[in-house]
Amino acid sequence: MHSVAPSVLAAAVADHPGFLSPTGVEIAFVLVGLTTLGAAVITVTTRQLVHAALWLVVALGGLAVEYLLLTAEFIAWVQVLIYVGSIVVLLLFGLMLTRAPIGRSPDADSGNRWIALGVALASAAALVWVVVDAFRTTWIDLEGPAQGSTAVTGAFLFRNWVLPFEALSVLLLAALVGAIVLSRKHDTDTAVRRDTAVRPDTAVRPDPAVRPAPDPADRRGKEEQS
Amino acid sequence: MTTTTLAALVPLLPFLGAVAGLALGRTAPGFVRPLAILPTLTAAVIAVIVAVRQGGGRAIDAATQLTPTGAVPIDLALHLDGFAVLVAVLVGLVATCVQLYSTAYLRDDARYPSYAALVSLFTSAMLLVVYSGDLMVLLVGWEIMGICSYFLVGHYWETPEARAASLKAFLVTKLGDVPFLIGLFALAADTGSFRITKILAAVTNGGLDHPTLIALLLLAGVAGKSAQFPLHTWLPDAMAGPTPVSALIHAATMVAAGIYFVARMLPVFAASGAALTVLAVMAAVTMIGSGLAALAQDDIKRVLAYSTIGQLGYMSGALAVADRGAAVFHLISHGAFKAVLFLAAGVVIHAAGTNSLAAMSRMGGLARRIPDAYWTMTVALLALAAIPPFAGFFSKEAVLVAAEHTALGDRTVAPAAAGWTILIAGLLAAVLTAAYATRLWLLAFRGRGAELPDHGKQPLAMTSVLWILAVPTIAFGLTAGAIGDWFDGHTLTPSLTTAVLSTGVGLVGGLVTYGAWRHTTALAARTPIGAVAAHPGAEPALVEAEAMTSHTAAYGTIADAPDPADPGRLLLGPLHRHAVTGFHLDALYTAVFVRPVQGAARLVRFLDRTVVDTYVNGSGAVTRLLGTAVRRAQTGNVQTYLSALLAGSLVLAIAAVVFANVNAGS
Amino acid sequence: MHLAYPAVLAVLLFCTGLYGVLARRNAILVLMSVELMLNAVNLNLVAFDVWLRDTLHSGQALTLFTIAIAAAEIGIGLAIVLAVYRNRGSSDIDRLRDTAETDDAETAGSTTNAEATS
Repeated sequence: MHSVAPSVLAAAVADHPGFLSPTGVEIAFVLVGLTTLGAAVITVTTRQLVHAALWLVVALGGLAVEYLLLTAEFIAWVQVLIYVGSIVVLLLFGLMLTRAPIGRSPDADSGNRWIALGVALASAAALVWVVVDAFRTTWIDLEGPAQGSTAVTGAFLFRNWVLPFEALSVLLLAALVGAIVLSRKHDTDTAVRRDTAVRPDTAVRPDPAVRPAPDPADRRGKEEQS
Repeated sequence: MTTTTLAALVPLLPFLGAVAGLALGRTAPGFVRPLAILPTLTAAVIAVIVAVRQGGGRAIDAATQLTPTGAVPIDLALHLDGFAVLVAVLVGLVATCVQLYSTAYLRDDARYPSYAALVSLFTSAMLLVVYSGDLMVLLVGWEIMGICSYFLVGHYWETPEARAASLKAFLVTKLGDVPFLIGLFALAADTGSFRITKILAAVTNGGLDHPTLIALLLLAGVAGKSAQFPLHTWLPDAMAGPTPVSALIHAATMVAAGIYFVARMLPVFAASGAALTVLAVMAAVTMIGSGLAALAQDDIKRVLAYSTIGQLGYMSGALAVADRGAAVFHLISHGAFKAVLFLAAGVVIHAAGTNSLAAMSRMGGLARRIPDAYWTMTVALLALAAIPPFAGFFSKEAVLVAAEHTALGDRTVAPAAAGWTILIAGLLAAVLTAAYATRLWLLAFRGRGAELPDHGKQPLAMTSVLWILAVPTIAFGLTAGAIGDWFDGHTLTPSLTTAVLSTGVGLVGGLVTYGAWRHTTALAARTPIGAVAAHPGAEPALVEAEAMTSHTAAYGTIADAPDPADPGRLLLGPLHRHAVTGFHLDALYTAVFVRPVQGAARLVRFLDRTVVDTYVNGSGAVTRLLGTAVRRAQTGNVQTYLSALLAGSLVLAIAAVVFANVNAGS
Repeated sequence: MHLAYPAVLAVLLFCTGLYGVLARRNAILVLMSVELMLNAVNLNLVAFDVWLRDTLHSGQALTLFTIAIAAAEIGIGLAIVLAVYRNRGSSDIDRLRDTAETDDAETAGSTTNAEATS
């Protein structure tokens, strides 16, 4: 592991091949990247909510492959484990718990979509322009020892980043407790009544689109069934 | 104590009494009456002492400067000459009597504490005017009197007459005070001082650049304060105030302030023959016009008010012929007998339950029920009509003698034309004075008809002061030979020609009126008239207030009554209709001043409400409209907010990049 | 390998996620889009770390932390969505408009104004 000054890298720029003569790694990266991007686009556009979650798996998995191609293998496995393994599962559970419709739902996108499309495209154009303008000729040297192997990662993580690591564990604990508190159902009916009593606006503002909240006992029964 | 210290105490004591009365009026009602009477009484006693010490000799001058006041210094100065000390004695005497009288007259009035304090303050201001040796300090007292008069005339502010009268008194006197103030400044600019002694010295040395202009400006203020034509119209209406106020302010003191001011500053006026001529014409018109108007009035107090205007006209006349001794002599004697007349009129109104002469002429036995008022009023009316040997005779003689001397060229200070004007007008006015005095006496005390329910014995505080004031009314004139020292040292004794002439015409006026009364009184029984307020147990002021209110209700106007038995109606003939309204001056003023001012006010109101407010409301409406438009963006959709936020930051980022590149490239 | 490839891919992924956040109606789909954005950032971090050959490997360390925080975020986020769903019976973001200016407020404001002017 040695650090190379950017100026030295800039001097070596002239040696590497241009965009028109890509290396094998680059071809693989572009292909996987296109897959990833396509999966991501489908994720944010599909009308079937469960499919969106599944396409997200593809996108995140593609990113894991990209990490591998960038020699960051530990992060790639973490990506697979955490994102693909747990987060997507969590999201699927969330979809089920909120009774997301199975199959095509006509109103998956809000009326805001054209504005959103404009903003997204403009941002993409601006950022691509800036990034390409800045890193057009920058070359990543992937030769030499792997920079993201488990051994290397363990070394820098527990040698240099121990304190943030521990702090992060505390944060995770707090998030755990918070999630439990937030999602916990109210035990008694009095608590429910108090809950509705302190928020009268939910009662006085009738919205025909909003379905009435199901009875807690009824809901509990259904969830137990599911 | 030195005379100066005593003199300084004279205005100060009533002032302190007024402050204490206002402060303690609500918390300690028991102290109000002592606080009203004692300071004024003490001031009167001290004024007598000062007068005795001064003794008509050289004027005493004292001055102290509190703070530098720029180019023209303003001093707290006293200037005690014979005129000042004598007028101060008069003011103190009348004010004390009025305070005593008021304790009974307004004994149950809820506003008595403030009333008494205002009378004290008024007395203090008048004494300040009398003693002051500095024109700015004099002006302070002058204006305090104006505002006190406003409050006191409006004492019965529940009645619309009193409200209108107080406002009118204030505005009309202010109308004169504005030129007066400008005149004072012009005078100070010409002579470089506000001190009376320095101004008079400068005038003697011919230091006045614009004598006529200054004199005319000052005359406007004097005409307003002393109720001279054409600014006299407030005085008859001011009778809507309580009777003691009329006695103090509108007979003896405040209206005298204007005359006193001219007397004090006479060299300034004498420097301009034109001003004296104007004053003479003013005085002549005032004397005759007020005499005619007095003959037609039905309200007993309005008769006295017009007579006050007339007597003030005599004083102005004396000043127009540059004899200030005669003017102040008449001022003092008139102050005494007019105070008696007003205070006695208060008793009469209380006893009769009405202020209407027409109603009084239809009730019998009034004279028997109130002997004190009857006798003192008779004496005072004789003095008013200038019948010897009462005070009015001597003082009026002094005026006529001065006019005669000027007319015949014996005195050359004033133009002879002014002398002739005053002499002729004075004799004519003497006839009218005798006529309306006789009419008043006959109608009030020689009425025939049913006796009305008695109000009981009049309070001692009210009757005793009548006799106190009757003493100078009877005797003051006899001292004319002795007190010449106080009045510039020249003689005030009557001359035979004018004495015979004026007494003669006075008797003629009286006899003619008596004849007319004999002729018309038979008609009285045919037309019953009378609206009487009777409150046997209540304070006299209540009766007066009700009488004033009911007069308008009963007869349609405050001044007139449709009484064919009125000798004035017979004497005046077709003139009666005009005389009742004061020769339509009020209507004229309404047309010339009041309507245009009201029109201008309406215009301003229109501009404010319609034009200016349109812009104000318009700016509000536009803001509201913009707010409504912006509020439409508040859809509650978080995604929209976020989109807008990101779009905005994107624009900013691109702009930053572009400008960075442009700057780097350049 | 050119740095431009991962950088451009990260940009495109990020903007895709951005579109999803702004356009999707279901709150859980919005959370998915947020994950996409986070991953785009992660890709950038890894690519630049590899390019700079940083001794501390701060890019990779930060990526790991981001993944952990993303896990925490998705847990809390889902809990909130569930709570909202339980209260409102819906997890559609564009229907949760309690902060909107309503006609009620407008009429109330106009009546008070009318009272003030009258």
